[in-house]
Amino acid sequence: MSEQFEPKIVAFFCNWCTYTAADLAGVSRLKYAPNARVIRVMCSGRVDPQFVLDAFAKGADGVLLGGCHPGDCHYAEGNYKTLRRMRMLTRMLKDMGIYDGRFRLEWISGAEGDKVKSVINDMTKKVRALGPLDLPGKFKNWDKEIEELEAQVNKGDKDKEAVHAG
Amino acid sequence: MKKYLYFPGCSLKGSGKAYEESFLAVCKALGMDIRELEDWNCCGATAYMSVEETKSYALAGRNLAIAEREDLDVIAPCSACYLVLNKTQKALKENTEIRRKVVNALKAGGLDYKGTVKVRHPLDVLINDVGLEKISKLIKNPVKGLKLAPYYGCQIVRPYATFDDQHDPVTMDKLMKAAGAECVTWPLKTRCCGGSLTGTVPEVGLRLAYIILKEAKKRGAGAIVTLCPLCQFNLDGYQGKIASKYESVDMPVLYFTQVLGLAMGLPGSELGIKRGIISAEAVLAGGGLR
Amino acid sequence: MTENKSKKETLPRVGFYICHCGSNIASMIDVLEVQKYAAALPGVAVSREYKYMCSDPGQEMIAKDIKEHKLERLVVAACSPNLHEETFRKAAAKGGLNPFFFQMVNIREHAAWVHEDKKSATEKAKDLARAAIARVRFHKSLDKKRVAVDPNVLVVGGGIAGIHAALTLANAGKKVTLVEREATIGGHMAAFDKTFPTLDCAACILTPKMSAVKSHPNITLWTYSEVSKVEGYVGNYKVTVTRKPRFVKEDLCVGCMECIDACVFKEPKFKDKFNQGLGKRKPVYIDFPQATPKVVLVDPETCIQLKTGKCKQPCAAACDRKAFDFNQKAETKELQVGAIVLSTGFKTYDVARSPQYGYGRYPGVYTALEVERLVNASGPTSGEVVLRDGTHPKAVGIIHCVGSRDAKTNKWCSRVCCMYSLKLAHLIKEHSGAEVYNFYIDMRAPGKAYEEFYDKLLGEGVHFIRGRVDEVTDWAMTPEEEGKLVLRVEDTLAGFVRRIPVDMVVLSTGLEPQPDAQEVRRRFNIGCGSEGFFQERHPKLAPVNTFTDGIYIAGACQAPRDIPDTVAQAGAAAAEALSLIDAGFVELEPNTSHIVEEECSGCKTCVPLCPYSAITFDEAKKKATINEVLCKGCGVCAAACPSGSIRQNLFEDDEIFSEIEGVLAK
Repeated sequence: MSEQFEPKIVAFFCNWCTYTAADLAGVSRLKYAPNARVIRVMCSGRVDPQFVLDAFAKGADGVLLGGCHPGDCHYAEGNYKTLRRMRMLTRMLKDMGIYDGRFRLEWISGAEGDKVKSVINDMTKKVRALGPLDLPGKFKNWDKEIEELEAQVNKGDKDKEAVHAG
Repeated sequence: MKKYLYFPGCSLKGSGKAYEESFLAVCKALGMDIRELEDWNCCGATAYMSVEETKSYALAGRNLAIAEREDLDVIAPCSACYLVLNKTQKALKENTEIRRKVVNALKAGGLDYKGTVKVRHPLDVLINDVGLEKISKLIKNPVKGLKLAPYYGCQIVRPYATFDDQHDPVTMDKLMKAAGAECVTWPLKTRCCGGSLTGTVPEVGLRLAYIILKEAKKRGAGAIVTLCPLCQFNLDGYQGKIASKYESVDMPVLYFTQVLGLAMGLPGSELGIKRGIISAEAVLAGGGLR
Repeated sequence: MTENKSKKETLPRVGFYICHCGSNIASMIDVLEVQKYAAALPGVAVSREYKYMCSDPGQEMIAKDIKEHKLERLVVAACSPNLHEETFRKAAAKGGLNPFFFQMVNIREHAAWVHEDKKSATEKAKDLARAAIARVRFHKSLDKKRVAVDPNVLVVGGGIAGIHAALTLANAGKKVTLVEREATIGGHMAAFDKTFPTLDCAACILTPKMSAVKSHPNITLWTYSEVSKVEGYVGNYKVTVTRKPRFVKEDLCVGCMECIDACVFKEPKFKDKFNQGLGKRKPVYIDFPQATPKVVLVDPETCIQLKTGKCKQPCAAACDRKAFDFNQKAETKELQVGAIVLSTGFKTYDVARSPQYGYGRYPGVYTALEVERLVNASGPTSGEVVLRDGTHPKAVGIIHCVGSRDAKTNKWCSRVCCMYSLKLAHLIKEHSGAEVYNFYIDMRAPGKAYEEFYDKLLGEGVHFIRGRVDEVTDWAMTPEEEGKLVLRVEDTLAGFVRRIPVDMVVLSTGLEPQPDAQEVRRRFNIGCGSEGFFQERHPKLAPVNTFTDGIYIAGACQAPRDIPDTVAQAGAAAAEALSLIDAGFVELEPNTSHIVEEECSGCKTCVPLCPYSAITFDEAKKKATINEVLCKGCGVCAAACPSGSIRQNLFEDDEIFSEIEGVLAK
């Protein structure tokens, strides 16, 4: 029985706009995919790029970051800093092989409950199509490969060395 | 010395010949380096654009593409040509679809269009490039005693006013004052002269022209000074019909370049003074000119 | 969970509660399954489910469990924290636990209400619960800081809004300083003749209030002064005020005005601002006889003594109080206040932007403010409607919406112009007997007794033409139009273009923000909307608060407004200020950031990031430091700090990392 892959999406929502919009979606009883897990921050500017990287490293298939529209940040300019950081982060992620669509930055105002629904649905669909990222699994495999390599090097097996070195 | 290209358009070669003659004579006297645009074509004036928009932009755009080859400002004295060329530039800049079609059409004719050329009005060039100071120094026979009603017409202030105010333009007034004339203050500076209606719907067109002539006379002007060949034609050429329908006004209508030329000492023969249907001789004599 | 230190004894004891919320949560989430799941997690000492956690029994259960089971942390899985975070924090406190050892899990708005598959919704609830339990371990004991509030208040702008706010605060026993830029308080209202809809004389209802301000023991009135600098924060503002020189000592002048009579200028020669340039004054003058304070002032632009130093100074000689001082300089004063009310008012639309109406070109064209002075009995023509050329108009046209409701100039409706246009129509007709025509787009009469006022005008024989006037011209088409100003308008109800010849045109100008509104709002650290008016915190629910605590706005500086609403708003602003002051202190949310000094490397990355200027750099220590009172708790600096030395309470790195791991681990 092949179960459909269900992506895990970690979502950082800013308290004043996006989190409120998600509450509004709930109050309006809008229905959307259950794949996102929301972590509340006061401002999208609190989101350190390390949080995003850590989420991927710990097994997220997608990371969503929701903040207020530019100009409307409750703390005046926090979302501008978010924008700057995340633009740079996206490029770095691409270099690391984490493709467009897995990391997404969205501006969602407190009145846009339906945008929360459409973004989560859309992102779930797209990340599902990209398949599992499974970095923890990959880390395990790489750890195993290194261990095997170490063992071989210690054994002094020069032939196998050459294969690994290539 | 800045160089310019000159776009005459159909009018200045036909009914507006006096405008071309006086304009070029004044430019020469001011030492301006000005040359007629090579192989120019009709700009389409205002009518074509209402019929076939994209084609009319291509028609006008061809002139701009030719001018681009030399990368000089183009002076378009005729108000309709001035407006159409500017409108074309704006449309090609703002509408990607029209631009695509027009650029392709021009390419087929071996022309490139980038939108770099500036289309200027003679008033703009005289006031802002040459300067009133330089012009004042070249005035030999100031036209003292000549009272003029400055009439700008509509197309250089509507829909957009670029180098002058939309409701109360003053560039021509300034030039005429520099030439020694007195300008009356009146509210009809930019009121419609009737445009093509004098031919197509004369009851309306003649009335509009009559209103302007009558008010200019009421305000004490000896002549109307204008900058558009159609305005000049409407105000000058229909005074007979206006006389039979309303009353005789007998008001000469001159181009500002003619007045300026006279003030600069150029002979009337070089300025097309005799081309006016209503004779300006008496009025100019009163202004100390022959 | 992959921890190797998962001994229940070393972890703080967590109490976990999941709410059914009736059937709101329970219908889509298997609450029992989640409760059992949580019970098995490391560190969880108590795990319960209950129908309504936010109810009294629910909260009591928590308090009881904390005591009985010696709980050290609390997690409640229920609705949104925006609803009940405070409730459960209080419940924790009741049980003797620091309220910030609590974390809420949103499984109603974010799960039960938005998913359709019970299995996946329950899995989601488990993930979120696990994450909260992991996070709450890192919570620290926190307190809401209290900052004392200075009871004094500053009111900026002495129009009717500022006057009313100042009097309300002063009557409540607070010490108020009222700072006004002009030489007298009264604002625009002092220039009006009668006010709609009652046709009260503006000066008659205003001057008693102005007088009350002057004589109130709790109000310090500084006119001819401006606020030049504002520092500090809610409850503790330090304000610098610059007082301009009048060249007359305010405490000595009694307003006898002998000096004005004595001036070397025998006749008034200079256009006076108060009469909109229609009247004249001398270099030494007073704006109007009821000016408050009743002190003259000298205009340095026109006074011969101040310009050349060579005047006999008969004014000084005539003053038996010896009040003149031509060497007077500007003075700087400092104030400490706890709250500030901004009531800086408006300016009227500059009609030069609508040249088609001929203002300046035709002497018969007036602005509404000019007409207020014309019809005023104490104005330059003693209330007679006489034009600049000395003639009396037989027909007057009033054009509504000049500079309002217009895409080319100002998009908004200025709210008062229809009403004052009706008022001016009435007054002009009353004073001159002329035919009056009002040209309007819509007739806006929304206030109390406003529609009835319009009705009254309809009965007075004023002509109303619905249409936007295209132009005012002196070109006469018929003999009747000779020498007149003709208004060309499309009469939209009649369906054709009309020409109405009049002798006088009145332009009903709209209201705009003051020209220096941007400068002023930056000085006070508040915002402006896109049109330039001061920004309120919420357009419906908080119209007098701003996003800066302790600063309130009132009157037309916030939006175009009539006198009744202005006074109401000024009272509201005073009430908000009183609410702040009488509480005596301000409680600050504890989710602020602070810097762990030993870990700060002095890189200064954080310093320019704070929009509240809460971060400063100590040059001596070479470390950055955060003023926790100014900090609003956004966390931007915490995210940027390369050394991680900035910690945001309740949103520390540890807390968030554990939450991330928590939602993903299985």
